[in-house]
Amino acid sequence: MSLKDLISPFYVWKRAFSKPYTTRKPLKERPGANRYRGFHKNDLEKCIGCGSCEMICQNAAIDMVPVEGIETQYSDSGLRPKIDYGRCCWCALCVDICTTGSLTMSNEYIWINSDADVFRFVPGNENKTWDTVEPGYQRSEGYELLDKARVEMKMLSPEESIQSFLEMVKGYAREEAEKEAMRCVECGLCIATCPAHMNIPGYIKAVREGDLAKGIELLYETNPLPATCGRICTHRCEDVCSLGVLGEPIAIRWLKRFLIDQIDQSELKQKIISDYPENGKKVAIIGSGPGGLSAAYYLRKLGYRIKIFESEEKAGGMIRYGVPEYRMPYDQLDKDIETILNLGIEIEYNRKVGADLDFRKVYDDFDAVFFSTGLTVPYKLEIEGEDLNGVLDGLDILEKFTRGINLELGKKVAVIGGGNVAMDAARTARRLGADVTLLYRRREEDMPADAEEIQESHNEGVKFITQAIPVKLEKAGDQLKLIWNKAEMVDQGAGKRPRPVPLEDEIHELKMDNLISAIGQGPDYSFLGEDISNKLKFHRYKVITNEYGQTSLLKIFAGGDIVNSTADAISAIADGHKAAKGIDYFLNRN
Amino acid sequence: MFEGDRSKFPEIKDGRPVIDLDSQKFIKVWQGPQHPGVTENIALELTVSGDEVVELKTHVGYLHRGFEKLLERRTFIQGFTIVCRICVPEPDTNEYLYAAALEELGNIEIPEKALWLRTLTLEMSRLASFLMWIGGQAGSFGMGTIGQWSVAHRDFILDLFEELSGGRIYHMYIIPGGVRGDIPPGFVSRLKKVLRKIDVLLEDIDKVLFNNILFKKRAVGLGVITKEMIDKFGVTGPAAKAAGYDRDLRKDLPYLIYNKLDFDVITGSDSDAFTRAKVRFAEMHQSVELIRQIIARMPEKGEFHTKLPNVLHWRIKPGETWVQAEASRGEYGYYIVTDGSAYPRRIAVRGPSYSNAISLLQKLAVNTNIADIAGLMVSLHTCPPEIER
Repeated sequence: MSLKDLISPFYVWKRAFSKPYTTRKPLKERPGANRYRGFHKNDLEKCIGCGSCEMICQNAAIDMVPVEGIETQYSDSGLRPKIDYGRCCWCALCVDICTTGSLTMSNEYIWINSDADVFRFVPGNENKTWDTVEPGYQRSEGYELLDKARVEMKMLSPEESIQSFLEMVKGYAREEAEKEAMRCVECGLCIATCPAHMNIPGYIKAVREGDLAKGIELLYETNPLPATCGRICTHRCEDVCSLGVLGEPIAIRWLKRFLIDQIDQSELKQKIISDYPENGKKVAIIGSGPGGLSAAYYLRKLGYRIKIFESEEKAGGMIRYGVPEYRMPYDQLDKDIETILNLGIEIEYNRKVGADLDFRKVYDDFDAVFFSTGLTVPYKLEIEGEDLNGVLDGLDILEKFTRGINLELGKKVAVIGGGNVAMDAARTARRLGADVTLLYRRREEDMPADAEEIQESHNEGVKFITQAIPVKLEKAGDQLKLIWNKAEMVDQGAGKRPRPVPLEDEIHELKMDNLISAIGQGPDYSFLGEDISNKLKFHRYKVITNEYGQTSLLKIFAGGDIVNSTADAISAIADGHKAAKGIDYFLNRN
Repeated sequence: MFEGDRSKFPEIKDGRPVIDLDSQKFIKVWQGPQHPGVTENIALELTVSGDEVVELKTHVGYLHRGFEKLLERRTFIQGFTIVCRICVPEPDTNEYLYAAALEELGNIEIPEKALWLRTLTLEMSRLASFLMWIGGQAGSFGMGTIGQWSVAHRDFILDLFEELSGGRIYHMYIIPGGVRGDIPPGFVSRLKKVLRKIDVLLEDIDKVLFNNILFKKRAVGLGVITKEMIDKFGVTGPAAKAAGYDRDLRKDLPYLIYNKLDFDVITGSDSDAFTRAKVRFAEMHQSVELIRQIIARMPEKGEFHTKLPNVLHWRIKPGETWVQAEASRGEYGYYIVTDGSAYPRRIAVRGPSYSNAISLLQKLAVNTNIADIAGLMVSLHTCPPEIER
């Protein structure tokens, strides 16, 4: 011990007069730091109610609840997070996982109230003082918990693809599929949007966990044509995928395809139970497109004897005759169809109701009739010279090509239209070696075709001329000459799509060997006979049905393109399933 | 400290003192579980004769929150928000070890910048932990003023943590895959400013605590841990270093970027409460120095988080690992077993407090003055929450 030890402690007085460290509210405010994890904020407009925040919260402090003024839509569950501050631990994982970036935190941390219930609240809905506070915790740039990028799908290059009709999309390998399936947040917006309400998160989970049998079982619950839909579905599920808000949506369609590709035909036959006992009632199905096949599958499972009348020599309808092989290989379609027919479904090919057989007889012989005959009559261009030699119909050439009929297209081909049939016709012509120009009356973004079909057409060298209105066709030696008028888009006011209006002095000419018209198609109800037709109700050219697909004639059910406005395979499949339930309900009730 | 040799009082039979409470020579005193001189919730059952402790029993269990079991029912990412609560004064070690173990089991490599940021936060939290400890150490010997200074300076560090991570106490900053954010703009200059303030504080504390006759009188010779006891009880950290053991995981098993930093292991020789305080005090200076090295050499740009598998479905293949780090109190370890599911099969947390305090304190307390028990306990630097996971 030294003298120093005695004196040195008095040094403590040095700090006696220094400024105190503490601050006192309300005399002085101390704002939280810029990244402070304070009270939650939520941009209710941006939020889609995916519920990822609820899923990641380890305290179960978040509940998804309906909120007044927020409507449930295809891309929005209509629910918003309600946070319980009695449970919240302020970890901000909810902010980190938020798929839209709508959920953030403010730097406010003082909230006093004697009513404990107010601390369960819906951020963004209750006008809190911190709703407009700028600073607070947000995801840092460079920090992501979710994978925003899709696993790339291997495809044939455009140079390779135009050489043949080989399937362009190569499909995921197991590792790729599992990685892609890993991205899903299981929000279920896809289920609500899919016309068939497939259990998408369920089968994605099966892919992720390698449980293929479970995955296939889930596919067949709502869709008996998975190999088809895994290729050509319009995938509206992907349009609403919550991952798509800030990144790329999950490749739901390719994952479905992966699942069904893992199992071959014979194995699949064993998996799908086929000996359903018959209940003694008979249902006739007219048309074996996706709607008819789907109805047949589910009705057969319910015990009905099914007979399908098909006017063509093979089943599949528009999927077989309207979709080229490079998108929908025939063996894959056959796989789906054979699995369905294997349930003991009778099908008569080359039997056209209305021509070979009277509809009335079918109506009388069966307990119920389901028809899903599709849109088969092409619309006319309604221009002069339309009947000239060399003018072809888009659907017709696709059908002929499927049948193996030599098309003999010329070197230069023009296609008119902006839908999938136009694209497929153009791309088929490209594969046959033609130089193809596609004309459409509106802009490219107005085209009804799938975005990827448009992109692939570009890639394969189809030349696009948009805002082109066909005026007249003339003979020009061996060739055809199309006279067309450049149009400008004229705004039609809010909610209406702009209309193309021809520009003066903007008349152009285009010479070609063949012109393919593909501007849409309509139904043909002549097979029903006048008597029945008069009793059915129509809106424009669509058959009106109730929620079970039942028409105004109680024994007749309808579905597919002739009923729904979306006119795609998955809607037809959904209609078939719906009608199967309706027929079962109708026949069992009586 | 006691007059005469009283080491044979009371009589020892089968290794335990013979205490006859009816003889009126002994009284039982409970110190804790709520007692300002005791670090958090732990109870000391003292048997005293006069003012001399003849027996001490430690009672733990007041703070059991079942973390390890809780973690078995949480997904890997959810567990990240729990582990920081295992040791309140120094949460970052838990965050780091949890993340490091999962990264090892899940084969995840983290970017360079994250290594630097993790080291920075570990040293900052070491400094904060020591600032809290020195307040307790001085306070337990009646010098509360030092505690006021040091806890205020700890708050300056917490301010920085708030800026960096968004939280003052539970930082939840070191996440599997890296860290949650880069340093905010102006952070380094504010950190430098705080370090300068701490330099001044440490100088002051040196004058009023380490050159203080009262502190020396009470702490020198108090609670001597012999070299044999170190390994017998599994003592690590400054308590072992004060006994002359040159052991520090930052040197012995360098993790993060400690092998790139220039520092030496600080040791002492007397192994009493005073030496332990001296070693910790030197480690505070060392932490300040290490933080300065880190901010001078840390890469400015670069990724700080690597992509994890989707955390909502993250499964880790079967495996087990034991990862260690040097916390302010000693060796800290996480043992994690995974079974291929989305949940850990078992997580065992081994903090240094149990071995450094519980049974050791029972030994060291015998024959000390009852007034020194609090100071003795703080000199072992315990943290009861990590005893009771």
